[in-house]
Amino acid sequence: MTAPIRKLRVATTSLAGCFGCHMSFLDIDERILKLVELVEFDRSPITDIKQCGPCDLGLIEGGVCNAENVHVLREFRKQCKILVALGACAVNGGLPAQRNRLDLRDILEEVYVTEDGLARGSKIPNDPELPLLLDKVRPIHEVVRIDYFLPGCPPPADAIWKFLTDLIAGRTPVLGHGLLHYD
Amino acid sequence: MKTSNSEVSAQANARGARAKAARPAEANNVFTIDGREIPFEPGQTVMQAALTAGVFVPHLCYHPEFRPHGSCKLCTMKVNGRPTTSCTLPAAPGMEVENNTTEINDKRRLLIQMLLVEGNHFCPSCEKSGNCKLQALGYALGVMSPHFTLFYPVRPVDASHPEMLLDFNRCILCELCIRASAEVDKKNVFALSGRGLKKHLIVNAESGRLADTDFAPTDKAAEVCPVGVILRKRRGFAVPIGKRTYDLKPINEQADRFKPLTPLPKEEF
Repeated sequence: MTAPIRKLRVATTSLAGCFGCHMSFLDIDERILKLVELVEFDRSPITDIKQCGPCDLGLIEGGVCNAENVHVLREFRKQCKILVALGACAVNGGLPAQRNRLDLRDILEEVYVTEDGLARGSKIPNDPELPLLLDKVRPIHEVVRIDYFLPGCPPPADAIWKFLTDLIAGRTPVLGHGLLHYD
Repeated sequence: MKTSNSEVSAQANARGARAKAARPAEANNVFTIDGREIPFEPGQTVMQAALTAGVFVPHLCYHPEFRPHGSCKLCTMKVNGRPTTSCTLPAAPGMEVENNTTEINDKRRLLIQMLLVEGNHFCPSCEKSGNCKLQALGYALGVMSPHFTLFYPVRPVDASHPEMLLDFNRCILCELCIRASAEVDKKNVFALSGRGLKKHLIVNAESGRLADTDFAPTDKAAEVCPVGVILRKRRGFAVPIGKRTYDLKPINEQADRFKPLTPLPKEEF
């Protein structure tokens, strides 16, 4: 692959995810050296940049479980030309969405008030700095428009590599058997 | 974004099919799928003939040991220009059938996406992953997202039976367990209840619990579920993820698995 005239700017974030997709991304191993010849990173856990600037590509791990997730997701949509749902949670809510059948108040009561072994006087956290939880965890395509979906828990490093190299080369990303996984 | 399976353009197929149909195919029991000649025995459905000839047909409610059901619609093909469920349509000489085309596969992708949002399909925590037909068809057809708004329905599991588990979250209403339990096991353990969006699988006991039926792990109904509803307890990972039926080869390369039995089960059309 020949290097583009200008390096593509890439931002990544983890919303209601476990950073497993980011770990899988790092599992491309030494290919990351090839990647940084083609791209540079904007906001990402890799750079620790806190605000997203104008980008060519945004990778979103995790679904949307609180108000801050919605805010960050909208910031990414505003700044990124192409936005990608990376991994099962971004695609359909994933593991965090398992709480959707439960009442949010009941969950908080059980975790912070009624559960065995809590410190005396323990109560539901109510600091104004804490983002408010949504009553349901939602996949990101229900909040903003998403251009590409890359399923998997996590998507294999080879799938992420195939996806990125296809996209950077201007091809429609094609995964095929073995790389397309919902689990 | 699509997987690498080749979908031919409908136009090219129709051209090929017309060219072949000019020959007197009616004399022989032959029709064409995507321009390819498919022989059939009288009484066979389009889908049975296709599978016998090694042509894969996406399906969920079909099972070679049961009469066709025609409910999942994934096997829909265009027969002489009209969309029809190929599992219920008797093959006839000279039919021009389109199967693996972008137009039809787009519709199949939509059907799968609608199934994915109606239930709770979380593959990472499902024991059936790798053996699930819904998942395997999603892979084969290149379904990359649920596309629609997810329903997140509330469907409690039934773990009452000592050996079997029912996870209704994944039910796609194919009725295979209902048919197997009624026709083969003669037990009538399962049924559908409710209408429209509220339609759901129920257990035929006063308590509604599987433990209060005579259901057994050796029943036919215990092995026909195409998704992960009816599961044997303590066996979930006997075959590890990555070594399962559709991990080894994509489902569209396994047409042989679904070939009809000979002699054909009696059909009533």
